[in-house]
Amino acid sequence: MAIRDDVVVIGGGLAGTTAALAAAREGASVRLLSMQTSTLRHASGLIDVLGYASDGGAGGDRDGPLVDPFAAIPSLPADHPYRLVGVDAVREGLALFDEAVDGRLRYFGGHTDRNALVPTHGGTVKPTARYPASTAAGLAAAPGDVLLVGFRSLTDFDAPLVAERLSATGLPAAVAGVTVDFPKSFRDDATVTRYASALDADEPVDRAGSGAPTGVRAALAATVEPHVERTGADRVGFPALLGGDRPGAVRTDLADRLGAEVFEVPMGPPSLPGLRLEAALTAALDDAGVRRTTGDPVVESEADGGRVETVAVDATGRRVPYAAAAFVLATGGFAGKGLVADRRTVAEPVFGCRVPAPEDRTDWYDDDPFGDHAFARMGVRPDDRLRPLDADGAPEFENLYAAGGVVGGADVAAENSASGVSLATGLVAGRNAASHAPDTP
Amino acid sequence: MSDAPPSPDDPPTDAPATDSAPTDAPTADDPAADDPPTPSETGADPVAAFDGAEMDLRPGADNCYKCTACDTSCPVAEVDDEFPGPKFQGPEQWRLKRKSDESVDASIMDCSNCMRCDGACPSSVPLSQMHNVARAEYVDEELSPFSRKYVRNRVLANYGTLARFGSRFPGVTNALMGNRVVQAITERLLGITAEREFPAFAAETFRAWWAKRGGDAASRERAREARRERGEAGETKRVAYFHGDYANYNTPGVAKALVRVFESFGYAVCVPEQRCSGTPMFANGMLDDARRAARVNVETFAALVDDGYDVVCSCTSCSMALRQEYPELFDIEGIDRVAANTYEALEYLRIHEDLRGVLDDAEVDAGDFAYHAPCHARNQGLDRQAIEVFRDLDGVGVEDVGPSCSGISGTYGWKAEKYETSMAIGEEMFEHMEAAAGETGMTECPTCAMQMEHGTGYEISHPLELLEDALV
Repeated sequence: MAIRDDVVVIGGGLAGTTAALAAAREGASVRLLSMQTSTLRHASGLIDVLGYASDGGAGGDRDGPLVDPFAAIPSLPADHPYRLVGVDAVREGLALFDEAVDGRLRYFGGHTDRNALVPTHGGTVKPTARYPASTAAGLAAAPGDVLLVGFRSLTDFDAPLVAERLSATGLPAAVAGVTVDFPKSFRDDATVTRYASALDADEPVDRAGSGAPTGVRAALAATVEPHVERTGADRVGFPALLGGDRPGAVRTDLADRLGAEVFEVPMGPPSLPGLRLEAALTAALDDAGVRRTTGDPVVESEADGGRVETVAVDATGRRVPYAAAAFVLATGGFAGKGLVADRRTVAEPVFGCRVPAPEDRTDWYDDDPFGDHAFARMGVRPDDRLRPLDADGAPEFENLYAAGGVVGGADVAAENSASGVSLATGLVAGRNAASHAPDTP
Repeated sequence: MSDAPPSPDDPPTDAPATDSAPTDAPTADDPAADDPPTPSETGADPVAAFDGAEMDLRPGADNCYKCTACDTSCPVAEVDDEFPGPKFQGPEQWRLKRKSDESVDASIMDCSNCMRCDGACPSSVPLSQMHNVARAEYVDEELSPFSRKYVRNRVLANYGTLARFGSRFPGVTNALMGNRVVQAITERLLGITAEREFPAFAAETFRAWWAKRGGDAASRERAREARRERGEAGETKRVAYFHGDYANYNTPGVAKALVRVFESFGYAVCVPEQRCSGTPMFANGMLDDARRAARVNVETFAALVDDGYDVVCSCTSCSMALRQEYPELFDIEGIDRVAANTYEALEYLRIHEDLRGVLDDAEVDAGDFAYHAPCHARNQGLDRQAIEVFRDLDGVGVEDVGPSCSGISGTYGWKAEKYETSMAIGEEMFEHMEAAAGETGMTECPTCAMQMEHGTGYEISHPLELLEDALV
């Protein structure tokens, strides 16, 4: 026998989470199988839709950053996932996201169709449709001069360099950067979560000289204050470690002490904004009644007459089977192991769905590192219901839907579209999968 | 098997030389049958890469791209600023040791073996395996067998041996171990914290109860009767129970619940002679002790698997050991067959029976529970199982107290020098338990249960006991 639900979603990232929520909203009983803790914690926490557009032609020329991502969707190549599901699905995906985080974590951007430009720790500005409240004061279009503050012990954020690069993007505001000592010292190579928990708890530090204990927030503000005065900055940006559980409280406290607005600059993994988003969406899944099973990879599937019957997870040799009326494949791209490649072929390993790739492997990539790489668009190719198609253009299985990075046709890194593709395809795949459920009470 | 209590002094009949080449049914296309494979041939499979006496961890180390996801998931690193974290203990230390004759850093003993790093790594680095290997090397080479720490760790790691004697006179032992003076002495002499109360030995061990009840034969009869009532006559349903030491000596109620629940579904339960799973031995770097225990268990349960039994466990650390740590660390005939056929008890019923349907129709008057998922349940995909199973049952509320670690990690929190760390890790769980509606705790892990009780004063139940309440 197998453990049975109406819908089984494979993959615990943004696409899988969205698909599970969408299917649950239709009344289906849903299980979310995830091989690891969610990849959301590796992501920036920014929700992009479309920052740069290409018509898919040779040369890799791209327009952008785009002001209105929705307006650009109709001119994307016909096999782009956005074209398959349509602009409305993109909007509905964003609405589902807004609803899922509402009351758990504050996100902005829903008031407009226009992209916001959020500064990153690489010194670029990222066009994005939704952004966490903690980044809001840092937007390129926000008024006031900017001071970026880095810490000597945290080599991932070189504030003067980031400031220099941001200035070069043509930002209207003046941007300065300074590196200071974090007022509390941890072991070498301490994690960002360690800084965050110290700020959350406002842990005491010994203030040099006086010896009187003070909170780490006050000490940090005292360290940064002279630089704010020196530069006359109206906004102060820190690497994204201003609190784990209580980012709002830490930010407000620092802003009050500095007399300036305070914001976070999203960082690489492990990412605090990503961890916060993971916590919020996990809570949304639990509230929606989604059964979560995390820790084992799905390694095989069984089908009968064009229908997927079960998938099985592997935990060191033991197989646990899960059955459902429909399945959603949301296992990610190459980085997420939803796609695998050897020297000759590219494959989708769970169901063996077709992944088209040029015969000659030298055609998989472009000689220009920033060019238009074929591998970046690889993935399963679905119909407009998001069922992966075989070589004859027929659905591989009548009850299998694909969402997120495993779907080909978009170069999400170049386009800045990874989140939006996950939300839009997750929504459609989850909803379509739920339509297979036997009548729910 | 003889009745003599196995002790740390057991003669090592299992000569380690046999570990050098896998003997597990080599076939023509099994690369292990021929020359030792090179890492490039084996990819990331650490077991296939056994190279002489030492396993090759290079593919695992090479997979690490230093994202530090493991460090942010480590409960010890979260409260102990001195602890370098799993990334250092695993791939970084492994690499450092390639270049020079560095000894393993003493901080490896601060790792609690919770194995959460395994589940956090996006790149399949076998972190806990690397930690187990490094810890064993440290204990072998840096810790004198005459040191207080070694003796203490050996005693804790071989808790089952102690329990075998202690449980012969449970009243005396319990009185003795509960005595403040005795506790002060064990702290002073052995470094076992006096802050905790030793778990009481049951008046009657599970095995004594089992024998008195008629053993395997009586279970076969009860199961046959149940199958007749269920209209499943003619079917063969049987499981072999790996109860481990704790359920035998300390919480026989859990073991009895497993037996009754499985029999009610028509399963004949077999309870073979067995030893400790080895979990406390891995965690203390006592790999030789663990290998001896594993050998007995694998031989016993592999034979039962060959006879058509599946193996069920009531403790998630025991099932973790049989499934993951055994094949990662040892090379014993049958080890993969045992791993592939071992299940946590509820998991087994979820797969093989209509547990949801049965519980939908059942009802209890059990109130609310504050449930904590043990770390070792996480990597087996079981951390949400109890919540999921009991939400279909009327008359009970089971609430998840969150993803934090309880902090005790088996023998870890029993060590005087680790007690503070252990309690600091547990703080979040204690708070969430107190915020939860239930005033009874629930968990699958016996030492998590000790910590939950120690931190909140709650009584702690096991999911199998609630299932017994609902079904039997």
